Amino acid sequence: MAIILDNDTRLVVAGLTGSEGRFHGLRNRAYGTNLVAGVTPGKGGQDVEGVPVFDTVADAVTEAGANTSLIFVPARFAVDAIYEAVDAGIGTVICITEHIPAHDMLRAYTYFRGKGTTMIGPNCPGVLSPGKANAGIIPAEIFSEGGVGLVSRSGTLTYQIGHELTQLGLGNSTIVGIGGDPVVGSSFVDVLEKFEADAQTELIVLVGEIGGDEEEKAAAYVAEHVTKPVLAYIAGFSAPPGKTMGHAGAIISGSSGTAQGKKEALEARGIAVGTTPTEVAQMVAERME
Amino acid sequence: MDLYEYQGKDLFRRVGIPVSAGRLATTPEEARTAAEELGGPVVVKAQVLTGGRGKAGGVKLADDPADAEAKARDILGLDIRGHVVHTLWIEKASDIEREYYLSITFDRGAKKPLFMFTTQGGVEIEQVAEENPDALVRLHVDPLAGFQPWVARRLVYGGGVEDPSEQKQIAAIVERLYRAFVEFDAMLCEINPLIVTPEGEVKALDSKFTVDDSGLFRHPDIAEWRDPTAADPIETFAREKHVTYVKLDGDVGVLANGAGLGMSTVDVVAHAGGRPANFCDLGGGGSAEGVVDALEVITRDEQVRSIFFNIFGGITRCDEVARGILAALERLDMSRYPIVVRLDGTNAEEGRRILADAGREDIHPEATMLDGARRAVELAGAAA
Repeated sequence: MAIILDNDTRLVVAGLTGSEGRFHGLRNRAYGTNLVAGVTPGKGGQDVEGVPVFDTVADAVTEAGANTSLIFVPARFAVDAIYEAVDAGIGTVICITEHIPAHDMLRAYTYFRGKGTTMIGPNCPGVLSPGKANAGIIPAEIFSEGGVGLVSRSGTLTYQIGHELTQLGLGNSTIVGIGGDPVVGSSFVDVLEKFEADAQTELIVLVGEIGGDEEEKAAAYVAEHVTKPVLAYIAGFSAPPGKTMGHAGAIISGSSGTAQGKKEALEARGIAVGTTPTEVAQMVAERME
Repeated sequence: MDLYEYQGKDLFRRVGIPVSAGRLATTPEEARTAAEELGGPVVVKAQVLTGGRGKAGGVKLADDPADAEAKARDILGLDIRGHVVHTLWIEKASDIEREYYLSITFDRGAKKPLFMFTTQGGVEIEQVAEENPDALVRLHVDPLAGFQPWVARRLVYGGGVEDPSEQKQIAAIVERLYRAFVEFDAMLCEINPLIVTPEGEVKALDSKFTVDDSGLFRHPDIAEWRDPTAADPIETFAREKHVTYVKLDGDVGVLANGAGLGMSTVDVVAHAGGRPANFCDLGGGGSAEGVVDALEVITRDEQVRSIFFNIFGGITRCDEVARGILAALERLDMSRYPIVVRLDGTNAEEGRRILADAGREDIHPEATMLDGARRAVELAGAAA
């Protein structure tokens, strides 16, 4: 089972001939992901270590059967790559690219939401279903297969928590980095819905941070629709208002989007919030016993 | 990126939103010349990237050029919520009959642009929203449909504007504000107050404008407006070095890779009883050069007493970071700072070995994030 990526994933990497796309695409393949194609306009017919490269995503779909797109192209071309993947009929689009203009993402979001596409990112580390497939830059070797679903707005913080879980002998169904931008393709709620429906996932860990109100919405959603235990961690308690903390979306505006506010919203719905990554992992271990 | 009032008004003018004539001044003499050129009474307005400047004495009416010079002398150098006034906007004074409010923001929750309009302008919009919510018209725009004239009608009629000429003028401003919002990649465009003069003319008396940093590549002219003196000097230095850095007020320098882990590390330092000096994201590369740059930034803060490196290697390789730390210790004078290093993830063992082999007493390895934070807090206390 797992969510978003599994053994049926057939991955196409947009930007496979670029240095990052090549490095991570091949790393994902080495992990066991079924990497079927690359797309770089003008380089159709070439190959990268045996992976065929096409000029368009449509060709990658018809000729290589791609069903999942991983986007590594620079910010000013990334939105085009998202539209292209959606129009080629790709069901799952994962965009790693950082610094996509918010307005571009807003229009793209409005466009693909109506089409049933699952979009993850942008500005995210990708998705990993341990033992099945990895698409993105998550270091798979620190995670093992298991029953904990992990969803996060951050990359390295997710690795930290995943590592702590592994130390305690706990594995993951899927790790989803939804991204640190103000507008991302999938929210916590979208991913929670998938984890709730996934047979492999027994418990869900939500890793949030300052900015926006997606953690608050997730809290309300969990209370209404999620039967599995949910635990949370929030980063940014010491963040000053009005400052962007690395992620474009991690900013306290006025009095909204604070870590304390999010913690309270989660706890009010019965979701325990760990004070440190270590504590969260311990809380998970206690509940998984 | 936040814009000054005069910059925002420049953009308003470009899309055809009426604003008063004005001039920039950085000295009392320039303010006098500006007032002479504009003629009649003027308003001398501090240009600062913070609210509350009126209450702080940063906006004053001047009757004539000599008065403008005197008022400029009062306002220049004023400290408004930590922002020192270096620039003034001298604007032709307007007679005000009524004050309205109009804004468009990027509503993250709804994932749509949000217009807000009220005829109760001139005060904080949060106050109107709280005390008189019915007076505030809120309307989302579908970003794919874009602006349609009904949007302006809903705002104008919904807000209770009755005069036909006013209705027409405001509707035109609404349309142009939407254009400015999209064309300039804005996250916020606010006109408060939007005034009606006794002659019935509607214009923007103030502007608040925030542009999306990620969209700046499309607007090189706006990108050049960034005022390095407006930010904290260490943050400005960090920007030049391409280091993601936010200054805080403590004595434990924090360096992590990734924004989320960086925020979490700052929190854990506080949780361990310490006071973090900064947030700093080393980024995904973690090259030796990047480590040197980041340490150079962090140690510009004179309050720093110890430094905590918290690295979880993904793309970042811990051996690379370890070499960077050693290179920095050779190139920078780091003798004042005990450095606590916690390495995990990609090539962590090699990184730890490189540091151990160097045999330096000022490097304190720790196995976990929590222990590292505790140690850094302890060392900062001992050094204070």
